[in-house]
Amino acid sequence: MAVTQAGTHTSAHRRRVVITGIGVIAPGGLGTKAFWSTLTAGRTATRAITHFDASTFRSRIAGEADFDPAAEGLGPQELRRMDRAAQFAVVAAREALTDSGLEDTGRAPHRTGVAIGSAVGATISLDREYAVVSDSGATWTVDHRYAMPHLYDWFVPSSLAREVAWVAGAEGPSAVVSAGCTSGIDSVGHATELIREGSADVMITGATDAPISPITVACFDAIKATTPRNDDPEHASRPFDRTRNGFVLGEGCAMFVLEELEHARARGAHVYAEIAGFAGRCNAYHMTGLRPEGREMAEAIRVALDEARIPPERIDYINAHGSGTKQNDRHETAAFKHSLGAHAYATPVSSIKSMIGHSLGAVGSIEIAASALAMEHGVVPPTANLHEADPECDLDYVPLVAREHRTDTVLTVGSGFGGFQSAMVLTRPDRRAA
Amino acid sequence: MSARAVVTGLGVAAPNGLGTEEYWKATLRGESGIGPLTRFDASTYPARLAGEVTGFHAPDHIPGRLLPQTDHMTRLALVAADFSLADAGADPEKLPEYGMSVVTANSYGGFEFGQRELEKLWSQGGSHVSAYQSFAWFYAVNTGQISIRHGMRGPSGVLVTEQAGGIDATGHARRHIRKGTPFVLTGGVDGALSPWGWTAYLSVGELSTREDPRRAYLPFDADASGWVPGEGGAVLTVEDEEFARERGAGRPYGEIAGYASGVDPRPDSGRPPVLRRVIEQALADAGLGPRDIDVVFADAAGVPEPDRIEAEAVTAVFGERGVPVTAPKTLVGRLAAGGSALDTATALLALRDGVIPPTAHVTDPAPGCAGLDLVLGAPREARLRTALVLARGTGGFTAALVVRALDGPWPRSA
Amino acid sequence: MSQFTVEHLKALLEQAAGQDADAPALTADTLDSSFGDLGYDSLAMLEVASLAQRQCGITLEDEAVSDADTPRKLLTLVNGLITADAA
Repeated sequence: MAVTQAGTHTSAHRRRVVITGIGVIAPGGLGTKAFWSTLTAGRTATRAITHFDASTFRSRIAGEADFDPAAEGLGPQELRRMDRAAQFAVVAAREALTDSGLEDTGRAPHRTGVAIGSAVGATISLDREYAVVSDSGATWTVDHRYAMPHLYDWFVPSSLAREVAWVAGAEGPSAVVSAGCTSGIDSVGHATELIREGSADVMITGATDAPISPITVACFDAIKATTPRNDDPEHASRPFDRTRNGFVLGEGCAMFVLEELEHARARGAHVYAEIAGFAGRCNAYHMTGLRPEGREMAEAIRVALDEARIPPERIDYINAHGSGTKQNDRHETAAFKHSLGAHAYATPVSSIKSMIGHSLGAVGSIEIAASALAMEHGVVPPTANLHEADPECDLDYVPLVAREHRTDTVLTVGSGFGGFQSAMVLTRPDRRAA
Repeated sequence: MSARAVVTGLGVAAPNGLGTEEYWKATLRGESGIGPLTRFDASTYPARLAGEVTGFHAPDHIPGRLLPQTDHMTRLALVAADFSLADAGADPEKLPEYGMSVVTANSYGGFEFGQRELEKLWSQGGSHVSAYQSFAWFYAVNTGQISIRHGMRGPSGVLVTEQAGGIDATGHARRHIRKGTPFVLTGGVDGALSPWGWTAYLSVGELSTREDPRRAYLPFDADASGWVPGEGGAVLTVEDEEFARERGAGRPYGEIAGYASGVDPRPDSGRPPVLRRVIEQALADAGLGPRDIDVVFADAAGVPEPDRIEAEAVTAVFGERGVPVTAPKTLVGRLAAGGSALDTATALLALRDGVIPPTAHVTDPAPGCAGLDLVLGAPREARLRTALVLARGTGGFTAALVVRALDGPWPRSA
Repeated sequence: MSQFTVEHLKALLEQAAGQDADAPALTADTLDSSFGDLGYDSLAMLEVASLAQRQCGITLEDEAVSDADTPRKLLTLVNGLITADAA
């Protein structure tokens, strides 16, 4: 057979998948409304790390969420059982379900599934518990008698999907999708595929990460991926700026209710956006390095557009990965040019990581939320802290100030350790050619 | 196009055999890979048996440059991928770069590596943490390293569903093939045999504390006392049937004919576990009825309650002693995501050779499991065309896979 | 450590990045080859720099490390800092 480079096979009866509920936990505000307000105000939510004493580390800045799990309604047992990433997931899933109106409508459990992205799972809890059982690293043969009873749940991140399944009453196909920093796009893409192929009608999906812990900060310090701009935390995340020198770690979560389009229409649900195309590729080059041409990301974009059956010229807005590392911003700028041609120059591109930092596996889903909200409100969030663009980054990055801009079609992308490159296209179901 | 997903290569790294045929021969001979832990001093822990992959000298298999940046289990995964490609007779350099994908399941990431770096962090400070920690620990590491090693640039990813992962990844590989990516490496390799990993295993409260490797992991037995963790797994080469034929691949082991998955409800919900429904869905997906299944590879928890639940589900679908059931993982322990990948490889080998490997060491089925036709004692020869592989992961993740032998000659006519 | 020798660097490279039988060895002839040509990627060099700092008790600035792209330059850089520390 011929390999279809597009990687897609079209079907006349393809089931279409839409977002009908959104829940967000992000630095700068809890809940979808506060999140959107932060973005449209161009407000940065990065600050000196308060989660632990970071004074001995190279990069001491993060986008931290002011999240009080007890105030969000989690009970004592949930607090004990769940790592912070799971707490985010459960609270955001509840918001998404409420937003969708799908609570208690007696949906068939086996037709409801869960796909949760996470790059590093229960890192905070594992870091903390390790310190206890090892007596702060004093002994290799750690003392199991000091271990928490739920340690295995933190050990294996699939517990994140189980927690969300319990919230949603889901018994259908459920998994954690973990592909480094593209996890949050890949999980939603996975959920979309499950609905399309008929394995589920409803998916609770999204991604969560709470990586602001000593071990994570240390490992990014070691490869100098995070910025050492410690004297100016609010302006430390500088995607596409000439002076950028690394990303700012973040934390957070976005959850969605995804439904098959007719399922959503039948109950009169509000539809934010259709997941029209999704594709992932690997650069098969290096676990952390990127080649400047962005060839594999360009290929992922091309295939996602092909799956969405829309030409590059229809893209109204690009939600960039925009991590603020030297190599990333150049890499994806090149990928946009390769895949969209001249239209890349005519399209607003922005990175919300400039405001909320880089929450690893979670951020792809948070960026899907931002993309859907941009469509909803006809406003494109800005790239904060962008005062002088890098000459190699010569697109319209929407510096500093949000922009009113009719947005019917969005491209959002991610790039991650392991070489993963992902792209997703969101459209309005009513404005898309069948 | 056919979009039929066939398995053309198997690569096994198991406690009782490094290499597919080594493992298979050991399994049929009843050679166990379970023994006292040697990787670290386990004398202070209440459970001290594990399935360790022995005789694995990493520099014999892994390029020197990769050694400082890889955990032990990633090295096993890279070796299993090499074995699988060799078995499939596939040279990735000659295949289309975007037509090759890597979809692995993983449960723990590189945990021994992670413990070493945590130790440096807490005892010496953050500046002592390795530059490789950022990816050597994370769950996506095997997929990333395999894709880099073989230049595989197609859609790739990682699924985490604990023990069910090997099946979920294989089901996802079939999904990629149906969408047009013709060549996928899948399966899973897991392992966390370091003191910190062992502490996490112990927290489950289900490890057998027995000292006798032959009496520690006895699923479905009246004397069941828990399970034994192990390391390793299998990497499967799954291809579009026509693609495999056109590149001149040898006869496939079989076809990924059916797949389904689900997650158990909250324990306090009053709702039943999903296993029975998932089995029925997988059979329906394969277009088969219960009488068409020739053998079931059980999840085999080794803990009385989940053993009974599994026995009840299998009996409900297939009837009392309606199908041979086996659990050769009694020779290696439970390998998390690697376990269901290894079971899938084992099922395909059983189809190839017409023999069901036995459930080792089990002699006296528990009353609640009496409805199972357990294959005990010695391999059972049988005409096998289809096998059902089951997995139930911690947290209720449940998956079922149907594999089926190919009919007729190979290569088939176009 | 009073002097950071080629042998020290060799040991450090092996610890940080392992051995590669196919890569050119570190000899007098390859002292001016780039680390990239010798088969060491940027990550390996970060690990090398981190180990060198700890073993030699020096502090290496990010830019100085990325500028020291050959064995000779790295030896000069590290030895300069050791001497400065001792002075």
